[in-house]
Amino acid sequence: MLNPISLAFKEAKKEKRPALLTYTVAGDSSKKQSLEILKEISNYADILEVGVPHNTPVADGGQIQTSAYRAIKNGIKMNDIFKIVRDFKKSKNSKPVIFMGYYNMIFQYGENNFLKKCKKSGVNGLIVVDLPWPENKIFSKKCKKNSINFIQLLSPTTSNKRLKSITKDSHDMIYYISMLSTTGGKLKVSPKKILANYNKIKKISPKKNCVIGFGITEKTISNFKNTDGLVVGSQICKEITRSLSNRQNPVINVSKMVNKLRKKIS
Amino acid sequence: MKLKKGIPVIDQGDRLGFWGGKFGGNFVPETLKKPIEDLEIQFNKLKNDKNFIKERDKYFKNWIGTPTRFIKLDNLTKHVGGAQIWSKVVSDANGGAHKIYNATVHCLLAKRSGKKVIIGDTGAGYAGKMLSMAAKKFGLKCKIFMGAKDIKRQQPNVKAMKKNGADVVPVYSGSQTLVDAVSECMRYWVANCDTTAMCVGSTVGPAIFVRICGWSTSQISRELKVQLINEFGEVPKKLKLYNCVGGGSSSFGFWNEFMDYDKKQVEFIGVEAGGPTKSKRHAAPLTYGSKIGILHGAAQYVNQNGDGQIEETESISAGLDYPGISPLHCFLKDTKRARYTAASDEEALKAYQIVTKYENLRPSLEPSHAFFVALKESKRFSKDTIVIINSCGDAYKDRGILEQKLGKKYVKSN
Ligand SMILES: Cc1ncc(COP(=O)(O)O)c(C=O)c1O
Repeated sequence: MLNPISLAFKEAKKEKRPALLTYTVAGDSSKKQSLEILKEISNYADILEVGVPHNTPVADGGQIQTSAYRAIKNGIKMNDIFKIVRDFKKSKNSKPVIFMGYYNMIFQYGENNFLKKCKKSGVNGLIVVDLPWPENKIFSKKCKKNSINFIQLLSPTTSNKRLKSITKDSHDMIYYISMLSTTGGKLKVSPKKILANYNKIKKISPKKNCVIGFGITEKTISNFKNTDGLVVGSQICKEITRSLSNRQNPVINVSKMVNKLRKKIS
Repeated sequence: MKLKKGIPVIDQGDRLGFWGGKFGGNFVPETLKKPIEDLEIQFNKLKNDKNFIKERDKYFKNWIGTPTRFIKLDNLTKHVGGAQIWSKVVSDANGGAHKIYNATVHCLLAKRSGKKVIIGDTGAGYAGKMLSMAAKKFGLKCKIFMGAKDIKRQQPNVKAMKKNGADVVPVYSGSQTLVDAVSECMRYWVANCDTTAMCVGSTVGPAIFVRICGWSTSQISRELKVQLINEFGEVPKKLKLYNCVGGGSSSFGFWNEFMDYDKKQVEFIGVEAGGPTKSKRHAAPLTYGSKIGILHGAAQYVNQNGDGQIEETESISAGLDYPGISPLHCFLKDTKRARYTAASDEEALKAYQIVTKYENLRPSLEPSHAFFVALKESKRFSKDTIVIINSCGDAYKDRGILEQKLGKKYVKSN
């Protein structure tokens, strides 16, 4: 049986489009609201990345930092985040969930405890920004044993040799970082170049679903229709910030935005 | 966990960069793996290259001005009435603090690798000031990340950076201090690592930065060993080396040459920042038993909550105001080679008053922490005990704070 993440890619492929992955921060701007956002956007997105906010994020740009600090300020705790996922997974329209965060949060929870809790709450995959290969070898094996996808990251600086080793150790999904940037940077590399790197990865590892993230927005997304999947994060976080400062409802605005994103790749 | 003899501590990490199997490492985004590996290859080669060592020593001697003085503090010795009190006046170094050694080495490395820009973090402003000086000297563009709170409280150093042509980028996130400056600097490197070199201002960060910094500041103890032998004919039988500990670069450099001596002969005492007496926030993870966590790419003892969020710290000394600590010091603590304790804001100020009253020496607020503990403990020691405090920074940068806390008379002579 295919795991839910692979299944989501398969469904998107049937419709001849990339899977749409969204990133929102758990607890932004409140526990309740972030759950509502997940429920709403799962009408349009295929896989939901849930950001685990951390207060010293070394790879996140301004928009995601703002979301993360807002969530932490509102008192979000690791156990609340698990609960948000559990509640979301009970809703009728739920989609696969991938946690994205920093290793210290897992380390403090205890790797085994963390994975147990992931399984119980319905988390399907993990992206750990600061646990690269080969440091992640043991932990990614543990994830596999628990039927949780450990998603390896690749970047433009990844050498060919590394690329081969990393894809070999990866599970069903890999994540290509489009450019040298923190999250939220403007796309500073041409789509052609990004796709060339993407195709290189697909050639080495044709069976794995490869998504592209960083710099993907309403403006740029339609350049990447011939891929397995696309991640939009900072633009959504920015929309939450914008809605809050305009006293509008972030749930409605974000849902509209994700709907539009989906249309652009359908 | 064991400290090995005959191998430099910076080279005692395992294949993945962990000291004692658990401190340090490389918890970095994939994008940084390549530039870090490049830097590792370059440094491992150059640190054994005679020409490179010669080049380093040339700049250390002619530009930084080595050796810095090793002086007896006669009046303090008399006043305290116990051990002999000495100081290694590292603030003699060009720029006024030990941060110049690491900055110079990073610029030499950046030059050789063809980078045109170098970036760095700073708390007290010394790491930034020194990097801006070295960058100017070696023709590199320079960008310094500094917490907005620190920009306010360390103005003399900010002015110096700007005068040297550096771009000072204020960081407004979190506590607006060193911890946030380091994060922002690392983020900038993630986005620009193809053209830009990064210097981390202390023995913290991914393992290679810990090693380069420790290697650079070890100049301090290399000099001191020679000076001790000149003065006493040998390394004294009872020697105690006191140093403040923020990230841990000055203390590590002050101790490195003496690592293999029995601690009964050469004892290392690290003094962390305890913060205001009334505050629960401190910057002393080793003294107050913080748990191991990951901060800025390395596993270390770090102030954090149960979830793993890094906690804000509070200290009068911007240079010590950091929730984590070098993996090297975690290793020295757990192998029991060094002993760690803390001094409060008030105690550091008191020590500054005493030192400036009795001696023609003006340690900045960071080394004033070490002076407090050294003076307190020296009373109990025998007369043949040699106590040395690393006076690793000059108080000029602290004028504003000293005037506000102690009144004008303490800054007049500046
Ligand atoms: C004068 C001085 N001493 C000490 C420190 C603390 O850093 P470290 O422990 O790396 O020496 C600083 C840092 O800015 C400093 O400026």
